[in-house]
Amino acid sequence: MKPAPFDYVAPTTISEACQVLADAGGGATVLAGGQTLMPLLNLRMSQPFIVVDINRIPDLKGIARADGGTRVGPMTRQADALADETLAKHLPVMVRALSHVGHHQTRNRGTVGGSVALGEPAAEMPATAVALGATIEVQSTRGTRKIPADEFYLGPYMTTLEPDELVTAIHYPDWPAGHVMLFREVAQRPGDFALVGVVGALVVDGGSVSRAGIAWFGMGPTPIKARQAEQALVGQSLSGIDAQAIAELAVADTAPFDDHHATAEYRRTVGKRIFARTLREALQIKEAA
Amino acid sequence: MSDHQIGLTINGRRHVASVEGRMTLADMLRDDAGYTGVHLGCEHGVCGACTVIVDGRAVRSCLMLAVQADETEIKTVEGLAEPDGTLHPVQQTMREEHALQCGFCTPGVVMTLAALTSGNAQPSEESLLKALSGHICRCTGYQGIRRAAKRLAAAGSGDAA
Repeated sequence: MKPAPFDYVAPTTISEACQVLADAGGGATVLAGGQTLMPLLNLRMSQPFIVVDINRIPDLKGIARADGGTRVGPMTRQADALADETLAKHLPVMVRALSHVGHHQTRNRGTVGGSVALGEPAAEMPATAVALGATIEVQSTRGTRKIPADEFYLGPYMTTLEPDELVTAIHYPDWPAGHVMLFREVAQRPGDFALVGVVGALVVDGGSVSRAGIAWFGMGPTPIKARQAEQALVGQSLSGIDAQAIAELAVADTAPFDDHHATAEYRRTVGKRIFARTLREALQIKEAA
Repeated sequence: MSDHQIGLTINGRRHVASVEGRMTLADMLRDDAGYTGVHLGCEHGVCGACTVIVDGRAVRSCLMLAVQADETEIKTVEGLAEPDGTLHPVQQTMREEHALQCGFCTPGVVMTLAALTSGNAQPSEESLLKALSGHICRCTGYQGIRRAAKRLAAAGSGDAA
Protein backbone atom coordinates (compact mmCIF):
# COMPACT_ATOMS: atom_id res chain seq x y z
CA MET A 1 0.00 0.00 0.00
CA LYS A 2 0.96 3.65 -0.25
CA PRO A 3 0.76 6.36 2.42
CA ALA A 4 -2.30 8.61 2.60
CA PRO A 5 -1.53 12.21 1.55
CA PHE A 6 0.14 14.48 4.09
CA ASP A 7 1.98 17.77 4.21
CA TYR A 8 5.74 17.28 4.47
CA VAL A 9 7.95 19.77 6.27
CA ALA A 10 11.67 19.48 6.97
CA PRO A 11 12.77 22.11 9.51
CA THR A 12 16.50 22.71 9.96
CA THR A 13 16.50 23.86 13.59
CA ILE A 14 15.04 22.47 16.80
CA SER A 15 13.06 25.64 17.51
CA GLU A 16 11.56 25.59 14.02
CA ALA A 17 10.52 21.96 14.49
CA CYS A 18 8.94 22.79 17.87
CA GLN A 19 7.00 25.63 16.27
CA VAL A 20 5.62 23.32 13.58
CA LEU A 21 4.59 20.77 16.23
CA ALA A 22 2.95 23.49 18.34
CA ASP A 23 1.04 24.92 15.37
CA ALA A 24 -0.13 21.46 14.28
CA GLY A 25 -2.05 20.99 17.53
CA GLY A 26 -1.45 17.25 17.64
CA GLY A 27 -1.95 16.58 13.93
CA ALA A 28 1.75 16.19 13.18
CA THR A 29 3.99 13.15 13.38
CA VAL A 30 7.75 13.36 13.74
CA LEU A 31 9.74 11.39 11.16
CA ALA A 32 13.11 10.30 12.56
CA GLY A 33 14.75 7.28 10.90
CA GLY A 34 11.39 6.11 9.63
CA GLN A 35 12.00 2.41 10.16
CA THR A 36 8.81 2.12 12.21
CA LEU A 37 6.83 5.15 11.05
CA MET A 38 7.22 4.45 7.33
CA PRO A 39 5.68 0.95 7.59
CA LEU A 40 2.80 2.48 9.57
CA LEU A 41 2.33 5.15 6.89
CA ASN A 42 2.60 2.63 4.04
CA LEU A 43 0.00 0.40 5.72
CA ARG A 44 -2.14 3.46 6.49
CA MET A 45 -2.21 2.50 10.15
CA SER A 46 -0.98 6.05 10.72
CA GLN A 47 -2.47 8.95 8.72
CA PRO A 48 -1.02 12.21 10.04
CA PHE A 49 -1.90 15.58 8.47
CA ILE A 50 1.70 16.74 8.69
CA VAL A 51 4.95 14.76 8.71
CA VAL A 52 7.77 16.69 10.37
CA ASP A 53 11.05 15.31 9.04
CA ILE A 54 13.81 16.03 11.57
CA ASN A 55 16.60 14.48 9.46
CA ARG A 56 17.85 17.91 8.37
CA ILE A 57 18.44 19.26 11.90
CA PRO A 58 22.21 19.03 12.55
CA ASP A 59 21.85 19.77 16.29
CA LEU A 60 20.04 16.47 16.83
CA LYS A 61 22.95 14.31 15.63
CA GLY A 62 26.09 12.97 17.23
CA ILE A 63 27.48 11.49 20.41
CA ALA A 64 29.48 13.52 22.92
CA ARG A 65 30.73 13.38 26.49
CA ALA A 66 28.75 15.77 28.69
CA ASP A 67 27.84 16.30 32.36
CA GLY A 68 29.48 13.16 33.71
CA GLY A 69 27.98 10.96 31.08
CA THR A 70 27.36 10.45 27.41
CA ARG A 71 24.93 12.57 25.43
CA VAL A 72 23.42 10.86 22.42
CA GLY A 73 21.71 13.07 19.87
CA PRO A 74 18.38 11.41 19.03
CA MET A 75 19.05 11.49 15.28
CA THR A 76 22.25 9.49 15.64
CA ARG A 77 21.79 6.53 13.28
CA GLN A 78 21.86 3.16 15.01
CA ALA A 79 24.66 2.08 12.65
CA ASP A 80 26.76 5.10 13.66
CA ALA A 81 26.13 4.52 17.36
CA LEU A 82 27.08 0.87 16.89
CA ALA A 83 30.48 1.94 15.51
CA ASP A 84 31.01 4.83 17.95
CA GLU A 85 34.20 4.72 20.03
CA THR A 86 32.81 6.84 22.88
CA LEU A 87 29.92 4.44 23.36
CA ALA A 88 32.19 1.40 23.05
CA LYS A 89 34.43 2.82 25.77
CA HIS A 90 31.86 4.16 28.22
CA LEU A 91 28.67 2.20 27.53
CA PRO A 92 29.60 -1.11 25.93
CA VAL A 93 26.20 -2.55 26.77
CA MET A 94 24.62 0.04 24.46
CA VAL A 95 26.74 -1.27 21.60
CA ARG A 96 25.78 -4.84 22.43
CA ALA A 97 22.09 -3.91 22.53
CA LEU A 98 22.34 -1.94 19.27
CA SER A 99 23.68 -4.98 17.45
CA HIS A 100 20.28 -6.60 18.08
CA VAL A 101 18.20 -3.66 16.81
CA GLY A 102 16.64 -4.59 13.47
CA HIS A 103 18.95 -5.42 10.58
CA HIS A 104 22.03 -3.83 9.04
CA GLN A 105 19.85 -2.11 6.43
CA THR A 106 17.37 -0.68 8.96
CA ARG A 107 20.14 0.43 11.34
CA ASN A 108 21.56 2.51 8.49
CA ARG A 109 18.44 4.72 8.72
CA GLY A 110 16.97 3.96 12.15
CA THR A 111 17.96 6.27 14.99
CA VAL A 112 18.64 5.83 18.69
CA GLY A 113 16.18 8.59 19.61
CA GLY A 114 13.47 7.29 17.33
CA SER A 115 13.52 3.95 19.07
CA VAL A 116 13.72 5.51 22.54
CA ALA A 117 10.86 7.92 21.81
CA LEU A 118 8.59 5.32 20.22
CA GLY A 119 8.49 3.04 23.25
CA GLU A 120 8.03 -0.38 21.67
CA PRO A 121 8.00 -2.56 24.80
CA ALA A 122 9.99 -5.39 23.19
CA ALA A 123 12.69 -3.13 21.74
CA GLU A 124 16.24 -2.92 23.04
CA MET A 125 16.79 0.87 23.15
CA PRO A 126 14.00 1.86 25.57
CA ALA A 127 14.95 -0.91 28.03
CA THR A 128 18.64 0.02 27.80
CA ALA A 129 17.79 3.64 28.63
CA VAL A 130 15.73 2.50 31.63
CA ALA A 131 18.40 0.06 32.83
CA LEU A 132 21.27 2.53 32.63
CA GLY A 133 19.32 5.36 34.28
CA ALA A 134 19.23 7.60 31.21
CA THR A 135 17.47 10.96 31.12
CA ILE A 136 15.40 12.00 28.11
CA GLU A 137 15.61 15.69 27.28
CA VAL A 138 12.65 17.17 25.41
CA GLN A 139 11.79 20.58 24.08
CA SER A 140 8.68 22.41 22.95
CA THR A 141 7.70 26.05 22.47
CA ARG A 142 6.65 25.87 26.14
CA GLY A 143 10.20 25.09 27.33
CA THR A 144 12.38 22.10 28.09
CA ARG A 145 11.97 19.06 30.36
CA LYS A 146 14.25 16.28 31.54
CA ILE A 147 12.46 13.00 32.10
CA PRO A 148 14.08 9.95 33.73
CA ALA A 149 13.72 7.04 31.26
CA ASP A 150 12.22 5.07 34.11
CA GLU A 151 9.23 7.48 34.20
CA PHE A 152 9.00 8.04 30.44
CA TYR A 153 7.12 4.91 29.39
CA LEU A 154 3.40 4.56 30.12
CA GLY A 155 2.34 1.68 27.88
CA PRO A 156 2.95 0.16 24.45
CA TYR A 157 4.00 3.09 22.21
CA MET A 158 2.75 5.46 24.92
CA THR A 159 5.11 7.84 26.64
CA THR A 160 4.92 11.04 28.64
CA LEU A 161 6.03 12.93 25.52
CA GLU A 162 3.36 15.53 24.63
CA PRO A 163 2.33 15.93 20.97
CA ASP A 164 4.17 19.27 20.75
CA GLU A 165 7.40 17.98 22.31
CA LEU A 166 10.54 16.84 20.54
CA VAL A 167 13.24 14.62 22.05
CA THR A 168 16.47 16.64 21.84
CA ALA A 169 18.94 14.36 23.65
CA ILE A 170 19.29 11.15 25.59
CA HIS A 171 21.74 11.49 28.44
CA TYR A 172 23.29 8.29 29.78
CA PRO A 173 25.08 8.64 33.14
CA ASP A 174 28.52 7.12 33.46
CA TRP A 175 29.03 3.66 34.80
CA PRO A 176 32.59 3.29 36.13
CA ALA A 177 35.22 1.68 33.93
CA GLY A 178 35.22 -2.06 34.42
CA HIS A 179 31.52 -2.33 35.18
CA VAL A 180 29.86 -5.59 34.27
CA MET A 181 27.35 -5.65 31.44
CA LEU A 182 24.28 -7.83 31.23
CA PHE A 183 22.57 -8.59 27.96
CA ARG A 184 20.58 -11.46 26.56
CA GLU A 185 17.54 -11.76 24.38
CA VAL A 186 15.48 -14.56 22.91
CA ALA A 187 13.93 -13.83 19.51
CA GLN A 188 12.48 -16.06 16.82
CA ARG A 189 14.90 -14.79 14.17
CA PRO A 190 17.87 -12.39 14.25
CA GLY A 191 16.56 -8.83 13.96
CA ASP A 192 13.09 -9.64 15.27
CA PHE A 193 11.71 -7.97 18.35
CA ALA A 194 12.59 -9.96 21.44
CA LEU A 195 10.16 -12.41 22.97
CA VAL A 196 12.08 -11.90 26.20
CA GLY A 197 15.16 -9.82 26.88
CA VAL A 198 17.20 -8.45 29.73
CA VAL A 199 19.76 -5.66 29.71
CA GLY A 200 21.74 -3.89 32.39
CA ALA A 201 24.94 -3.05 34.19
CA LEU A 202 26.49 -3.92 37.55
CA VAL A 203 29.36 -2.37 39.45
CA VAL A 204 31.42 -4.77 41.54
CA ASP A 205 33.52 -3.16 44.24
CA GLY A 206 35.72 -5.10 46.63
CA GLY A 207 34.00 -8.39 45.92
CA SER A 208 30.43 -7.18 46.26
CA VAL A 209 27.88 -5.46 44.06
CA SER A 210 27.72 -1.71 44.72
CA ARG A 211 25.37 -0.58 41.95
CA ALA A 212 22.86 -2.29 39.69
CA GLY A 213 20.68 -1.14 36.81
CA ILE A 214 18.64 -3.83 35.09
CA ALA A 215 15.58 -3.76 32.84
CA TRP A 216 13.45 -6.22 30.92
CA PHE A 217 12.08 -5.87 27.41
CA GLY A 218 9.23 -7.92 25.96
CA MET A 219 8.04 -8.63 29.48
CA GLY A 220 5.11 -6.23 29.77
CA PRO A 221 3.49 -3.12 28.33
CA THR A 222 6.67 -1.04 28.80
CA PRO A 223 10.33 -1.70 29.43
CA ILE A 224 10.36 -2.82 33.07
CA LYS A 225 12.99 -2.04 35.67
CA ALA A 226 13.89 -5.10 37.73
CA ARG A 227 13.73 -3.16 40.98
CA GLN A 228 13.55 -6.03 43.44
CA ALA A 229 16.48 -7.79 41.80
CA GLU A 230 18.52 -4.58 41.79
CA GLN A 231 17.84 -4.05 45.49
CA ALA A 232 18.69 -7.64 46.32
CA LEU A 233 21.96 -7.44 44.40
CA VAL A 234 23.32 -4.20 45.85
CA GLY A 235 25.47 -4.93 48.88
CA GLN A 236 25.65 -8.65 48.10
CA SER A 237 29.06 -10.31 48.00
CA LEU A 238 29.65 -12.27 44.81
CA SER A 239 30.02 -15.49 46.77
CA GLY A 240 26.63 -14.94 48.40
CA ILE A 241 24.60 -14.35 45.24
CA ASP A 242 21.92 -16.93 44.51
CA ALA A 243 21.30 -16.25 40.82
CA GLN A 244 18.15 -18.35 40.74
CA ALA A 245 16.59 -16.48 43.66
CA ILE A 246 17.48 -13.09 42.15
CA ALA A 247 15.96 -14.21 38.84
CA GLU A 248 12.72 -15.08 40.66
CA LEU A 249 12.64 -11.58 42.13
CA ALA A 250 13.37 -10.07 38.73
CA VAL A 251 10.48 -11.91 37.08
CA ALA A 252 8.17 -10.88 39.94
CA ASP A 253 8.40 -7.29 38.69
CA THR A 254 7.24 -8.16 35.16
CA ALA A 255 3.77 -8.22 33.60
CA PRO A 256 4.09 -10.27 30.40
CA PHE A 257 1.12 -11.08 28.24
CA ASP A 258 0.04 -13.72 25.75
CA ASP A 259 0.34 -12.85 22.11
CA HIS A 260 0.63 -14.82 18.89
CA HIS A 261 4.39 -15.18 19.38
CA ALA A 262 4.49 -16.56 22.91
CA THR A 263 2.46 -16.99 26.09
CA ALA A 264 3.03 -15.01 29.26
CA GLU A 265 3.99 -18.26 30.99
CA TYR A 266 6.64 -18.93 28.33
CA ARG A 267 8.05 -15.45 28.81
CA ARG A 268 8.21 -15.85 32.59
CA THR A 269 9.83 -19.27 32.34
CA VAL A 270 12.39 -18.26 29.73
CA GLY A 271 12.92 -14.89 31.42
CA LYS A 272 13.85 -16.58 34.67
CA ARG A 273 16.30 -18.87 32.91
CA ILE A 274 18.02 -16.19 30.86
CA PHE A 275 18.20 -13.81 33.81
CA ALA A 276 19.92 -16.38 36.04
CA ARG A 277 22.26 -17.50 33.27
CA THR A 278 23.19 -13.95 32.27
CA LEU A 279 23.90 -13.00 35.88
CA ARG A 280 26.05 -16.09 36.46
CA GLU A 281 28.02 -15.58 33.27
CA ALA A 282 28.54 -11.87 33.89
CA LEU A 283 29.72 -12.35 37.46
CA GLN A 284 31.41 -15.67 36.76
CA ILE A 285 29.59 -17.40 39.59
CA LYS A 286 28.69 -21.05 39.57
CA GLU A 287 25.23 -22.57 39.57
CA ALA A 288 24.11 -23.71 43.00
CA ALA A 289 24.54 -27.49 43.38
CA MET B 1 -0.13 18.67 -0.20
CA SER B 2 2.08 20.53 -2.63
CA ASP B 3 4.76 18.81 -4.66
CA HIS B 4 8.44 19.05 -3.83
CA GLN B 5 11.22 19.59 -6.32
CA ILE B 6 14.17 17.27 -5.75
CA GLY B 7 17.47 16.72 -7.48
CA LEU B 8 19.68 13.70 -6.92
CA THR B 9 22.20 11.44 -8.59
CA ILE B 10 21.04 7.96 -9.59
CA ASN B 11 23.65 5.55 -10.94
CA GLY B 12 25.89 8.48 -11.79
CA ARG B 13 23.23 10.45 -13.67
CA ARG B 14 21.53 13.61 -12.44
CA HIS B 15 17.80 13.19 -11.95
CA VAL B 16 15.30 15.91 -11.10
CA ALA B 17 11.74 15.19 -10.13
CA SER B 18 8.63 16.72 -8.70
CA VAL B 19 7.29 14.45 -5.98
CA GLU B 20 4.42 14.38 -3.55
CA GLY B 21 5.50 14.28 0.09
CA ARG B 22 4.04 10.82 0.52
CA MET B 23 5.90 9.20 -2.41
CA THR B 24 8.43 6.61 -1.26
CA LEU B 25 11.92 6.54 -2.67
CA ALA B 26 11.17 3.09 -4.08
CA ASP B 27 8.19 4.35 -6.07
CA MET B 28 10.13 7.35 -7.33
CA LEU B 29 13.01 5.13 -8.49
CA ARG B 30 10.67 2.70 -10.23
CA ASP B 31 7.88 4.85 -11.62
CA ASP B 32 9.52 8.21 -12.14
CA ALA B 33 13.13 7.29 -12.91
CA GLY B 34 12.46 3.89 -14.48
CA TYR B 35 14.79 1.80 -12.34
CA THR B 36 12.51 -1.20 -12.06
CA GLY B 37 15.34 -3.34 -10.72
CA VAL B 38 14.22 -1.90 -7.39
CA HIS B 39 11.75 -4.61 -6.40
CA LEU B 40 8.87 -3.99 -4.04
CA GLY B 41 7.85 -7.00 -2.03
CA CYS B 42 6.25 -6.12 1.27
CA GLU B 43 6.39 -2.30 1.26
CA HIS B 44 6.89 -2.25 5.00
CA GLY B 45 10.54 -2.96 5.52
CA VAL B 46 10.49 -6.68 6.13
CA CYS B 47 11.56 -8.37 2.89
CA GLY B 48 14.59 -6.33 1.78
CA ALA B 49 13.90 -6.60 -1.96
CA CYS B 50 13.85 -2.80 -2.39
CA THR B 51 17.31 -2.27 -0.86
CA VAL B 52 19.37 0.38 -2.65
CA ILE B 53 22.57 2.23 -1.74
CA VAL B 54 22.03 5.80 -0.52
CA ASP B 55 25.23 7.79 0.05
CA GLY B 56 27.20 4.57 0.37
CA ARG B 57 24.84 2.73 2.68
CA ALA B 58 22.37 -0.06 2.02
CA VAL B 59 18.87 1.09 3.00
CA ARG B 60 15.31 0.03 2.35
CA SER B 61 13.91 2.35 -0.30
CA CYS B 62 10.32 1.64 0.76
CA LEU B 63 11.11 3.12 4.19
CA MET B 64 12.40 6.42 2.91
CA LEU B 65 10.46 9.21 1.27
CA ALA B 66 11.59 10.35 -2.17
CA VAL B 67 11.75 13.94 -0.88
CA GLN B 68 14.27 12.77 1.74
CA ALA B 69 16.60 11.67 -1.05
CA ASP B 70 17.06 15.25 -2.26
CA GLU B 71 20.79 15.85 -2.94
CA THR B 72 21.78 12.25 -2.23
CA GLU B 73 23.69 9.80 -4.40
CA ILE B 74 21.84 6.60 -5.12
CA LYS B 75 22.92 3.34 -6.63
CA THR B 76 20.47 0.71 -7.81
CA VAL B 77 21.21 -2.71 -9.25
CA GLU B 78 21.16 -1.16 -12.74
CA GLY B 79 24.25 0.86 -11.83
CA LEU B 80 26.52 -2.02 -10.85
CA ALA B 81 27.67 -3.72 -14.06
CA GLU B 82 30.20 -2.03 -16.37
CA PRO B 83 28.85 -0.33 -19.48
CA ASP B 84 30.20 -3.25 -21.56
CA GLY B 85 28.11 -5.66 -19.50
CA THR B 86 30.91 -6.98 -17.30
CA LEU B 87 29.23 -7.97 -14.07
CA HIS B 88 30.07 -6.43 -10.72
CA PRO B 89 32.06 -8.89 -8.53
CA VAL B 90 28.99 -9.41 -6.32
CA GLN B 91 26.82 -10.21 -9.35
CA GLN B 92 29.48 -12.47 -10.84
CA THR B 93 29.99 -14.35 -7.58
CA MET B 94 26.25 -14.77 -7.03
CA ARG B 95 25.91 -16.08 -10.57
CA GLU B 96 28.70 -18.59 -10.10
CA GLU B 97 27.28 -19.80 -6.81
CA HIS B 98 23.73 -20.20 -8.15
CA ALA B 99 22.58 -17.67 -5.54
CA LEU B 100 19.23 -16.99 -7.19
CA GLN B 101 16.25 -18.79 -8.60
CA CYS B 102 13.27 -16.54 -9.33
CA GLY B 103 15.41 -13.45 -8.82
CA PHE B 104 12.85 -11.31 -7.03
CA CYS B 105 14.91 -10.78 -3.87
CA THR B 106 18.20 -10.68 -5.79
CA PRO B 107 18.61 -6.92 -6.45
CA GLY B 108 18.24 -6.23 -2.73
CA VAL B 109 20.71 -8.91 -1.74
CA VAL B 110 23.18 -7.71 -4.36
CA MET B 111 22.96 -4.11 -3.17
CA THR B 112 23.57 -5.05 0.48
CA LEU B 113 26.62 -7.14 -0.45
CA ALA B 114 27.86 -4.45 -2.87
CA ALA B 115 27.59 -1.74 -0.18
CA LEU B 116 29.48 -3.84 2.35
CA THR B 117 32.26 -4.90 -0.01
CA SER B 118 32.76 -1.55 -1.76
CA GLY B 119 36.04 0.31 -1.89
CA ASN B 120 38.63 -0.94 0.59
CA ALA B 121 36.08 -2.51 2.90
CA GLN B 122 37.18 -5.91 4.15
CA PRO B 123 34.02 -7.24 5.74
CA SER B 124 34.18 -10.36 7.84
CA GLU B 125 32.26 -13.43 6.75
CA GLU B 126 30.18 -13.04 9.90
CA SER B 127 29.21 -9.44 9.16
CA LEU B 128 28.12 -10.32 5.60
CA LEU B 129 26.08 -13.30 6.75
CA LYS B 130 24.47 -11.19 9.49
CA ALA B 131 23.59 -8.48 6.99
CA LEU B 132 21.79 -11.11 4.90
CA SER B 133 19.29 -11.48 7.76
CA GLY B 134 17.75 -8.31 6.33
CA HIS B 135 16.64 -10.17 3.20
CA ILE B 136 13.96 -12.76 2.68
CA CYS B 137 14.38 -15.29 -0.14
CA ARG B 138 11.64 -17.84 -0.74
CA CYS B 139 13.41 -20.01 -3.33
CA THR B 140 17.01 -20.76 -2.65
CA GLY B 141 17.06 -21.85 0.97
CA TYR B 142 19.84 -19.23 1.19
CA GLN B 143 22.68 -21.70 0.71
CA GLY B 144 23.86 -20.27 -2.61
CA ILE B 145 23.59 -16.73 -1.28
CA ARG B 146 25.60 -17.71 1.80
CA ARG B 147 28.29 -19.32 -0.36
CA ALA B 148 28.54 -16.16 -2.44
CA ALA B 149 28.78 -13.99 0.69
CA LYS B 150 31.52 -16.20 2.12
CA ARG B 151 33.50 -16.01 -1.10
CA LEU B 152 33.12 -12.23 -1.20
CA ALA B 153 34.39 -11.95 2.38
CA ALA B 154 37.37 -14.14 1.51
CA ALA B 155 38.09 -12.05 -1.58
CA GLY B 156 38.38 -9.06 0.73
CA SER B 157 36.94 -6.54 -1.64
CA GLY B 158 34.68 -5.88 -4.54
CA ASP B 159 35.25 -2.68 -6.44
CA ALA B 160 33.65 0.70 -6.03
CA ALA B 161 29.93 0.28 -5.65
